[in-house]
Amino acid sequence: MNNLFNYVDRQSPIHRLTGATKFVCLLLWSFAAMSTYDTRLLAVLSVASFVLLKVSKIRWKDVSFMLGFTAVFLIMNNVLVYLFSPDHGVELYGSCTYLFGLSGKYAPTAEQLFYHLNYFLKYLATIPFVLLFVCTTNPSEFAASLNKLGVKYTVAYSVALALRYIPDVQREYHEISQAQQARGIEMSKKATLFNRLKSAGTILVPLILSSMNKIDVVANAMELRGFGKNKKRTWYMGQRFRWTDITAIIICIILVGVAFLCNYMNGSRFYNPFI
Amino acid sequence: MKKFSVKTVVATGIGAALFFVLGRFVAIPSGVPNTNISIQYGVLAFIAAVFGPVAGILSGLIGHFFIDFSFGWGVWWSWVISSALFGFAMGFVASKMKIDEGVFGKKDIIIFNVAQIVCHLVAWAVIAPVLDIVIYAEPANKVFLQGLTGAGLNIVATAIVGTLLCVAYAAAIPKKGSLKEEK
Repeated sequence: MNNLFNYVDRQSPIHRLTGATKFVCLLLWSFAAMSTYDTRLLAVLSVASFVLLKVSKIRWKDVSFMLGFTAVFLIMNNVLVYLFSPDHGVELYGSCTYLFGLSGKYAPTAEQLFYHLNYFLKYLATIPFVLLFVCTTNPSEFAASLNKLGVKYTVAYSVALALRYIPDVQREYHEISQAQQARGIEMSKKATLFNRLKSAGTILVPLILSSMNKIDVVANAMELRGFGKNKKRTWYMGQRFRWTDITAIIICIILVGVAFLCNYMNGSRFYNPFI
Repeated sequence: MKKFSVKTVVATGIGAALFFVLGRFVAIPSGVPNTNISIQYGVLAFIAAVFGPVAGILSGLIGHFFIDFSFGWGVWWSWVISSALFGFAMGFVASKMKIDEGVFGKKDIIIFNVAQIVCHLVAWAVIAPVLDIVIYAEPANKVFLQGLTGAGLNIVATAIVGTLLCVAYAAAIPKKGSLKEEK
């Protein structure tokens, strides 16, 4: 299961933080990066998140696959943005500077290229941090620590249950799919879209019916053991908050503050060098 | 509305697991980035229709969060939130249906499908693109194209898979009053 979520078990200061802390930091960090388009702050955040990756002893080969995935995605998104609105930057920054002596709808403008630079930076500021979270957070510990954040333990338990049953559902899906294929169900590109969806249905119906049975059995078992009777429960994978956790959260809160300050000083979400 | 019972907790967990597995391993790319033919929305609509809006919103939220989490391409809150809202809305619309008592007639099929079309359109063609514009300041026409493509594909997937699941599940449950006293 840990392979599924790319969790890498190593000893580092970041691994030692609780999952809840890292989750809160992830939310605050993404919020800071999302709320602003200030190029300087985004650049600082990008560098900082790569430094943090280094600190957490995540190696290049742990994340290269995911980074490759992201790079393809990022390039496609940028191309789409350029194709759909080559003058988006001009609208945002309110000036128009043609480059290389070209003009016309798709001619490159300094504003558009600057917008794309910001767009890239925005991803660079958040994605390494998400990878950091993904690679250093044990999923079971994460479910346990959600409860510490004030999420109701019934909800945190749903998360834990989801993690527990993902491998089961996966195995069952695979078994049913093989059985149906042996009976001649076509799922590959040879079938039309409609037929593919229909044959997906023939796998899903047994899968859902057996999942519904599972829900009954597990719910009865939990009820028999008195789940939900008390206001609190303890967690096997739970961890205590330490001073490092609190420091990390405070630093991230300050970052959000800085982001808002930048937005305030720039007069908008965009840092405009063209004025 | 059904209350948050032990059964809802379990249904949420297993619903999220189903959503995750189908979204992570059975996704068929459609060519537009961020957008797959996602049969998991059929399952989400079904779980929401049977177990109510709370199970729907949480299954969507947890399932979609874990999909983004495991791909490692960053958590796209705008799309995660839209998934959750879709689950909630479907649960809300279907709260009067009695699928778990084995009733899912023609009228229910029509309500279910009209509801899912409206919910998908609102979630993917309005909420997700608007959040994309607010959060990422992307150009409007690009995100609306992505949103509309996503909505269209999800509507087809839910219409076929979701309806099929509801019908099959309702048929598998013995009807109320199906036993008769012998005289």
